[in-house]
Amino acid sequence: MPDITNTFCGIKSPNPFWLASAPPTDKKYNVVRAFEAGWGGVVWKTLGEDGPPIVNVNGPRYGAIYGADRRLLGLNNIELITDRDLHLNLREIKEVKRDWPDRAMIVSIMVPCEEEAWEAILPLVEETEADGIELNFGCPHGMSERGMGSAVGQVPEYIEMVTRWCKAHTRMPVIVKLTPNITDIRYPARAAKVGGADAVSLINTVSSITSVDLDTFSPEPSIDGKGSHGGFCGPAVKPIALNMVAEIARDAETAGLPISGIGGITTWRDAAEFMALGAGNVQVCTAAMTYGFKIVQEMIAGLEGWMAAKGHASLDDIVGRATPNVTDWQYLNLNYVTKARIDQDACIKCGRCHIACEDTSHQAITNMVDGKRHFEVIDAECVGCNLCVNVCPVEGCIEMVQLPAGDVDERTGKTVQDDYANWTEHPNNPSVVAAE
Amino acid sequence: MGAAPDIRYSDGIASGRLSAEEVAENFGDIHPPLDQHEALVAADRCYFCYDAPCVTACPTEIDIPMFIRQIATGNTLGAAQTIFDQNILGGMCARVCPTETLCEQACVREEAEGKPVLIGQLQRFATDQAMREERQFYSRAEASGKSVGIIGAGPAGLACAHRLAMHGHDVVIYEAKPKPGGLNEYGIAAYKTIDDFAQHEVDYVTAIGGIDIRYDTALGKDVSLDDLRAKHDAVFIGIGLGGVNALSVEGNDLDGVEDAVDFIARLRQADNKSDIAVGRDIVVIGGGMTAVDCAVQAKLLGAENVTIAYRRGQEHMNASQYEQELAATTGVRVRHNLQPKALLGQNDAVTAIELEYTQVADGKLSGTGQTITLEADQVFRAIGQSFEADLSDAGIDMTAGRIATIGAHGQTSAEGIWAGGDCVAGGDDLTVTAVAQGRDAAENIHAALSGVEV
Repeated sequence: MPDITNTFCGIKSPNPFWLASAPPTDKKYNVVRAFEAGWGGVVWKTLGEDGPPIVNVNGPRYGAIYGADRRLLGLNNIELITDRDLHLNLREIKEVKRDWPDRAMIVSIMVPCEEEAWEAILPLVEETEADGIELNFGCPHGMSERGMGSAVGQVPEYIEMVTRWCKAHTRMPVIVKLTPNITDIRYPARAAKVGGADAVSLINTVSSITSVDLDTFSPEPSIDGKGSHGGFCGPAVKPIALNMVAEIARDAETAGLPISGIGGITTWRDAAEFMALGAGNVQVCTAAMTYGFKIVQEMIAGLEGWMAAKGHASLDDIVGRATPNVTDWQYLNLNYVTKARIDQDACIKCGRCHIACEDTSHQAITNMVDGKRHFEVIDAECVGCNLCVNVCPVEGCIEMVQLPAGDVDERTGKTVQDDYANWTEHPNNPSVVAAE
Repeated sequence: MGAAPDIRYSDGIASGRLSAEEVAENFGDIHPPLDQHEALVAADRCYFCYDAPCVTACPTEIDIPMFIRQIATGNTLGAAQTIFDQNILGGMCARVCPTETLCEQACVREEAEGKPVLIGQLQRFATDQAMREERQFYSRAEASGKSVGIIGAGPAGLACAHRLAMHGHDVVIYEAKPKPGGLNEYGIAAYKTIDDFAQHEVDYVTAIGGIDIRYDTALGKDVSLDDLRAKHDAVFIGIGLGGVNALSVEGNDLDGVEDAVDFIARLRQADNKSDIAVGRDIVVIGGGMTAVDCAVQAKLLGAENVTIAYRRGQEHMNASQYEQELAATTGVRVRHNLQPKALLGQNDAVTAIELEYTQVADGKLSGTGQTITLEADQVFRAIGQSFEADLSDAGIDMTAGRIATIGAHGQTSAEGIWAGGDCVAGGDDLTVTAVAQGRDAAENIHAALSGVEV
């Protein structure tokens, strides 16, 4: 059986599945249930500075978008950091860590952007014997209006400054949690590294309004007829998160900086994809909030099963394996020519491939052949775009097949070449550097 | 001393074999309507196919993917309008259409998973809401000053009348029966259309205005085609099949031998179904929907043994697969390759039926000479309906015993006379087909009355 024990910036856990800082990790009761279910670690819900706790709204905190059959695809929240007393949280963190020493216990922190505030809280957290801290520079709602959360995360200089303070005032590993609500994720990641961060985690939630009530014209979730932007998460944000993880993993300036991947991870596959793109482990929230803690068992079994089938002995064998395959568009091989192929036995004749291609793309799929309903690719028109694959309801029914070298692409009339050729060398590129 | 004899097991034709409560439960809605949640789950399964096969399979060509998408997006009344645009009797069709051989058979999810989208039930969900809210989607065009006479207030006549009224023509429907609806009112099993739905639907359809129905007015008796041609600018015949095929075997006139259509009509018109008397041992002769409607209802009234005897093999039965399964699960025994030879009786009442086994040789059905005799204190004939009116004097050509139409819009050989529904040749005796023919004839009549070349 493959070894899925995880060591992330020195912090050990029996598997790479942590619960992200969020409602599921707000108190001992939930965290103990999570550990009983098998989670490898938790990031305790964000602690604020000592004193009267923040208050949450007393109306709806969440909004959602759905796919077919009311599958939850995305969740939005306007909940703030923990609204429980700091010392109660610290006491429970200590108890849980004592009772579950093999699990990773990370404490998320968000206090005002002043060194004294960080200097005050860090020893209190250290005293719990937690394994590390995560700096919440990501929360996009509520706290950001008070100069915390993403208000810090959107300014690389602040990230570097606060990270430096934390490294100066604690021996614990420091993970900097990044907001996706910026233009280029590499800048905050570089700032964290320069500030001495042991790792980054991303993404935090995306600023969002999930829907509008068309009777009251209030955004959702609606609090007495008004709404405020919240943080969006769940399966819908996974592609955004994957790209940001990859951007950091392949950036020369942050190379080697451990990444804890977050964003819509729902199954073992999602987790494996994040890790392949460079995440050393993953954090999960929405999937647990949708289905409960038991999903981790599917994740563990699925990851182990896939690793065993592929001969991967440990997580080191998979982390970052896809990173070198992420490149810039200009380096993609323009001599790689594909055509869609429809498996007529699998085809259920819904016609979606046809209408998608006909109305919105390249008129490359028939709908009628010899008076019969029949969907077939017209190679002379097919650009290999993959839209038909994406809209087909039957998995595996349509595949993109590579034309072997020597074949003629009926669309272009050109013979497919064996060699690699990209845009930088293409004659249509005005910036092309002519071969000497 | 033993207990009083149980009436359930008494011989002869008797009412009250089951309690009124049991009968009421047996005759409840065969497909309880989908609730909002069920409808959304069902609607989510539709793939919104291109040039969808379900639409092609629907005789009225309802835009099914569109109305299902409208249900899925919370626009149920919009869905109802999409249905009614093509089929103003969409409510009844949602209940009685053999969807498993029409839209749902064509559904790509039938091909994919063997489980089609519940098109019929979704159609009912949408149309029920519109009818419950008495929402009318159509209004009459400016009065044309033209009038059209329609014979028969069944599905074809009603669909024709509604479309003509929409176009501003005045419509008079001449109906032989005391109530409108045709087979929807008299010829369909009660559990398919509960709560007087057929009458509610007629009210909903005629609410557009401009449709005057004259009851107890039969063609050939109370009115003639010549009268109607003189009185109206156009005439549409939608009189269905008034006759039943005769059974020419000995004993056909014994008491207890009856046409299934009469039994079905009696049940539909009964205020209290438990008053309807049925035998203990019943044999229904035939293999179509009428045979199943009759046999299943007899069983639901408490008959102990109900057998459908069909002269050909299962593959030739006109009753749909679903109907055959319904019969089986209700406890009706369906026997194939048996044809009636004689009805046996005592004191003028039927007591048994002698059936002969059949075989097919060289494509021809014949008896094998071997027989069986089944006890039967009631026998129903369900061997097909026939067209009985004589229209030859009016210059209307007939073919295969029914009215011949020219082209696709119901024109007959007589000028100014159109026809549709079961009374025309070449159809499939389905409500939904009658609706399509009535609607299309109306459009053609409208074009003719508007001076458009047709």
